[in-house]
Amino acid sequence: MPFEPTLAHFLILSAAVFTIGLVGVMIRRNAIIVFMSIELMLNSVNLTFIAFARYRFETDGQIFAFFIMAVAAAEAAVALAIVLHVFRHKRGVSVDEMQQLKY
Amino acid sequence: METLYADDFYFLGLIVLAPLIGAIINGVFGSKLPRKLVGWIACGAMALSFLFGLISLQGLIQHMEVTEESGGMAPHLTFTVYEWIYSGALTVDIGFLFDPLTAVLVLVVTGVGLLIHIYSIGYMSDDPDLWRYFCYLNLFVFAMLILVLGNNLLVTFIGWEGVGLCSYLLIGFWFSDEKKAQAGQKAFIVNRVGDFFFLIGMFLIFYMTGTWDYVELAQIATNAEVAATQLAPIALPAGLLIFLGCTGKSAQIPLYIWLPDAMAGPTPVSALIHAATMVTAGVFLLARLNWLVTLSPTLMAIIAVTGALTALVAASIAVVQNDIKRVLAYSTVSQLGFMFMAIGVGAFAAAIFHLMTHAFFKALLFLGAGAIIHAMHHEQDIRNMGGLRKLMPWTHATFAAATLAIAGVPLFSGFYSKDLILWNTFANTHVLNLAEAQEALQDQAVVFTEVIQHITHGGVGALPEITGEAVELAGWAVTVNWVVWLMALTTAGLTAFYMFRLYFLTFWGDCRADEETKDHIHEVGMPMRIPLAILGVLSVIGGYIGWPHFIALLPDGMYEAVNRYAFAFENWLADVFLVANEYRLVGRFGDEPYWMELGLAALAVAVAFSGIALAYFMYIKRPDLPGVVKERLAVVHNVLDNKYWVDEAYDFLFVRPTLWLGRAMYWFDTNIIAGFLVGGTAFITRSLGKALSNLQSGNVQNYATYVALAIALIVLALLWSIEWGPFPWF
Repeated sequence: MPFEPTLAHFLILSAAVFTIGLVGVMIRRNAIIVFMSIELMLNSVNLTFIAFARYRFETDGQIFAFFIMAVAAAEAAVALAIVLHVFRHKRGVSVDEMQQLKY
Repeated sequence: METLYADDFYFLGLIVLAPLIGAIINGVFGSKLPRKLVGWIACGAMALSFLFGLISLQGLIQHMEVTEESGGMAPHLTFTVYEWIYSGALTVDIGFLFDPLTAVLVLVVTGVGLLIHIYSIGYMSDDPDLWRYFCYLNLFVFAMLILVLGNNLLVTFIGWEGVGLCSYLLIGFWFSDEKKAQAGQKAFIVNRVGDFFFLIGMFLIFYMTGTWDYVELAQIATNAEVAATQLAPIALPAGLLIFLGCTGKSAQIPLYIWLPDAMAGPTPVSALIHAATMVTAGVFLLARLNWLVTLSPTLMAIIAVTGALTALVAASIAVVQNDIKRVLAYSTVSQLGFMFMAIGVGAFAAAIFHLMTHAFFKALLFLGAGAIIHAMHHEQDIRNMGGLRKLMPWTHATFAAATLAIAGVPLFSGFYSKDLILWNTFANTHVLNLAEAQEALQDQAVVFTEVIQHITHGGVGALPEITGEAVELAGWAVTVNWVVWLMALTTAGLTAFYMFRLYFLTFWGDCRADEETKDHIHEVGMPMRIPLAILGVLSVIGGYIGWPHFIALLPDGMYEAVNRYAFAFENWLADVFLVANEYRLVGRFGDEPYWMELGLAALAVAVAFSGIALAYFMYIKRPDLPGVVKERLAVVHNVLDNKYWVDEAYDFLFVRPTLWLGRAMYWFDTNIIAGFLVGGTAFITRSLGKALSNLQSGNVQNYATYVALAIALIVLALLWSIEWGPFPWF
């Protein structure tokens, strides 16, 4: 009997990826890695959408996934630009050094 | 005049408006106007007000020809300026009422006021703040007119407060002298105590009757059933509270202490406010509320005894005072006591009569004293005066007339009013009748209703019988009258003595002033002389409209001749006090006790003359005698000289505890309220903010962690709620 992945499998995978991304955001110092972790989280959400779309035989989730990809692309452009600027100012991209915005 | 209606008589508004406009002009532009003009604007305003008062009087007389007393109110003119408060059961108009009682007060206030304004032009001629003085003075007259013209208790109260304010401003007119400023504050604060009681009394009346309007209240008072349920139960408490208010304004025991200190103000102010007008407001108010006062015999007895006590105490203090204005101040307190005595025995017309004659002769005495003080460079001690008779003939002549009037010498105005009061304290039996009413009221409202019906139907039908406790009450009341009469007679003798002591020390003998002052003594100028002369004439003839009833003993022809005008004053006010008068119409000594009246009058005159004779003997014949008496009666002198230590007692009983309480409150406010509560709240908020601000570290990863944790918590809560019901804390 060939292996047939169910919805639960996709959701578990998605949750695992999301958690990896979340932990990455929380603990990594390098801004680029943090940014990549955010991408991981976004894509895990995309995976959930697609899984549900398939499961319910509807296309709404797929459309959402496209939107998220578009937004992620735009975000990538902006975020990379910010990181570039930070690098020029600080000669480094560690988020620990970006703590000026506080009380 | 035909075009004016009695209920829209706009001259009443103009009476009030004239001094207000005068005050506004002088208050706003006065400092830039020429000094002469300032005085004449103020006098012009007063003259206009007096003129409108006369027009209103004329209107009232015409109105009285076509209308009769109704619903407990004499014929009256009214004028409503506007509807002030309209809220539920409470409607209050700014409205004026002009009945015979108000007419007397308005003419006294504006007439005597006008004379004193004219006098002030001379007296205050070299004061730099002349405009401020005349502004206050006009403002005072405005407030006083509001007081006497108001058609309900609230408007009267506005005037009541207004005159209190102006009194404060004028006592402390020379406020750079701290003592004078403090005298003003004392007057104001003592008056506030009285005003507080007045207000509660007012509220009590409103609570029971739902109105403050004098006309409506008088209607309630005359309607037996309504009065029994609405007015009679509060007659004592409300009347007593209002009377306490009057003791403040009219300087009676226990609140008389401010008036002697009020002499710190300019002398014309003392004449106008603290002798002729404002201090008589209490007498006026009780006369206005006569139907309330007469409902409670206990209250009447309290008023009579308080008045008698005040009269006696103040007169005894006046005997040893050496400051000319202080003697007159205590004399004013004493004479006001006479008026309250008259109110207390139900002789309202006599009280108002004495109010009027007193306004004439006491204003004159103060103006005369002012002339002397002016001439002697602000010397006020009578021990340093003397011999002014020849140097100031005008002042002397008028002062002598006023002194004779206040001493109660026949043919001078004071005799007539004082004798009327003395006779009423002796003979009135109103308390007797009221005791029945009160007794009946306590037992059954039915009998009370009968009494009231008896009264309102002009004495038709039999009075309910006096039984049991009522007889005792009546006997007690007669005793009170006896005591009051004796005190009044003693006071009359004392009055004659201390006034002639003052007169002899000031005008007779040799001048005891130093040479420099003596050289400068001069008769006063025209603006001061004319008011003195007019008031002098009034002090003599002012009483001729109210002769004692015993003139009926005159031969028929003569009696017919004088009868037309002899009782003019009494007749004029008859309708105003109709309800109250009906209470006491049962004479204690039969219908025509003329010989007894004559005998008592002769006794009173004899007492007055012995007072005068004693003063003559002590201060002219044997000038060494006062010193001897003073030594012999050192204890008495000490008590009187220290004014019975009333000020000291009040200082100990009220002023110090109040100050102490004030300091304790201050400590509590700064330390507990501001320090602990307000400061503590601020401290907690600040510390908490500081602690929480550490959360905003600037590290985005921290923020992300918070968000993640919060979402985790929300998810947890949702799952929890699905499984086990609401999550705790949410």
